[in-house]
Amino acid sequence: MATVEHSDGTLGGGPDGVSDAALRRRDFINIAAVSVAGVGAAVTLYPLVNQMNPSADVLALASIEVDVSAIQAGQAIKTIFRKQPLFIRHLTPPEIAAGMKMPGDLRDPQSLAERTAEGKPQWLITMGVCTHLGCVPLGAAEGENKGAYGGYFCPCHGSHYDTAGRIRKGPAPKNLEVPAYVFKSDTVVAVGEEA
Amino acid sequence: MSFPWAEEYRPKSGFMRWLDQRLPLPRLVYGAVGGGYPVPRNLNYFWNFGVLAGIALMIQIVTGIILAMHYVPYDQAAFRSVEHIMRDVNQGWLLRYLHANGAAFFFIVTYIHIFRGLYYGSYKAPRELVWMLGLVILLLMMATAFMGYVLPWGQMSFWASKVITGLFGAIPLIGEPVQSWLLGGYAPDQPTLNRFFSLHYLLPFVIAGVIILHIWALHIPGSSNPTGVDVKGPQDTLPFHPFYTAKDGFGLGVFLILLAAVTFFAPNYLGHADNYIPANPLSTPSHIVPEWYFWPFYAILRAFTVDFILGAKLWGVLAMFGAIVLLFFLPWLDPSPVRSGNYRPRFKQFFWILVLDILVLGWCGGLPAEEPYVMISQVATIYYFAHFLIILPILSWTEKTLPLPNSISESVLHGEEREAAPVDLSGVRPATAAE
Repeated sequence: MATVEHSDGTLGGGPDGVSDAALRRRDFINIAAVSVAGVGAAVTLYPLVNQMNPSADVLALASIEVDVSAIQAGQAIKTIFRKQPLFIRHLTPPEIAAGMKMPGDLRDPQSLAERTAEGKPQWLITMGVCTHLGCVPLGAAEGENKGAYGGYFCPCHGSHYDTAGRIRKGPAPKNLEVPAYVFKSDTVVAVGEEA
Repeated sequence: MSFPWAEEYRPKSGFMRWLDQRLPLPRLVYGAVGGGYPVPRNLNYFWNFGVLAGIALMIQIVTGIILAMHYVPYDQAAFRSVEHIMRDVNQGWLLRYLHANGAAFFFIVTYIHIFRGLYYGSYKAPRELVWMLGLVILLLMMATAFMGYVLPWGQMSFWASKVITGLFGAIPLIGEPVQSWLLGGYAPDQPTLNRFFSLHYLLPFVIAGVIILHIWALHIPGSSNPTGVDVKGPQDTLPFHPFYTAKDGFGLGVFLILLAAVTFFAPNYLGHADNYIPANPLSTPSHIVPEWYFWPFYAILRAFTVDFILGAKLWGVLAMFGAIVLLFFLPWLDPSPVRSGNYRPRFKQFFWILVLDILVLGWCGGLPAEEPYVMISQVATIYYFAHFLIILPILSWTEKTLPLPNSISESVLHGEEREAAPVDLSGVRPATAAE
């Protein structure tokens, strides 16, 4: 490519004879033009791809505030966070005690303390999405099957979660996901906000 | 493809040979836009515009498919979804502005492409079908652009759909049923919006199909050229690649710079502010105009103000459609054997008068229907039809044309003696004899 083939159109082919590695003007223009076009095409791809990411109105609803004052110990509510069910559960002292234990059959070992806000182990806030294949587990509403460990039970494929939302039995691989949240006050929690 | 000396496709690797025997797609591309398509060596930059129109269509399809991911064709939500695209969707403003201005640029390059054909006689034998397929593409583009303009469901959208479908209402007897069939009701409404969305999505692919026919028909005789003289031998042509890919590439760069400049710095310049008001069936904007690329036709439509045997409204509609239908007969209205306007001194003058006439029509079409613009557009409309129906046939019989060059290569090398003279190379070391 960068060899001298003709004296016309050659840069640097001066009388001093330093021209063996000279760059042909045509090659230079070719490489420069194709490079600019290539970079331009690559940059153009960005908006074409990025437009499919969550839009500003979706991101604006990416955090919610929930008033938990009405939830009595032993009760739970279902709400919607990022278009998916969210369980907020007010644990009773025995449930807290069970969640703090670390039995040997934990598939995804975590204690309740790691899964709740500091100083508020009674508030178990998890996604209501089974980590197996995404069904909504039972156990949040009154009278629903809470499973063999008193937490949640997924009716789709029989995953049992305990009172800390940890997987104990069944096909699910992970504990119920705990979203980021902060307590704005004793009774208001902002889910989706980083602490 | 078109000439016996066209370079044959030779697979460069074992895999390509394997592929070529099973699916000769690379061979097709090579013969259509590669080194295997010989093109007259004297094409000027006006021959860029066909490729530019094809690229403009691709830009419209890509941005349009993306807009359809976010747009909602529902009368209560369409306007809001467009605002959602503008405000919330990542770079949605860019994609929508590109789509809106891309349509305008598509028409700009297409109109230049058509005027190129008119001036250089590209519609003449043996390229009549190329020309007619091109006109089919133009009609499809107009339908597509019109329906796309309705989709944002702003004031201009709504009233454009009312006015344009009203044109069909002018047809005697069946006009009203046809109009309500098009609208799916008595006025533009949800059914109208929904079907326009469906067709607006469909038609670009129909256009792409007709473009394939257009190029296929073109590649039988090969491209025309500024002299209008037929290709006589290999010395008259160059392979499409790299010579015309490079030339088109440069034109494409200029085109994209202009499109980007308008999109980024004047994105609403070619649009109409009233289309940012949601559609209101109870209030017509004081001055409704179509997009600029319909203005000449709109002026013809409005030029008919008096009933004469048929109603004025029907005359206007007939004339507007007739202005394009007429062009289908152009190859036979202008039977002059000389193609290029370069060798037709009178034709050349009338060509430029026609360009001016269409610009005047466009200017009138964008203005309110008041005097003196109505009168001006009436004169310009008469001239438009007179150009094709009277002037061109007479010219083709009476005009004294200039002598044509014997061949393309001769016309290219008219200064060959001067150009072929040795350059003063004193002081420059001659090339080392490599072989």
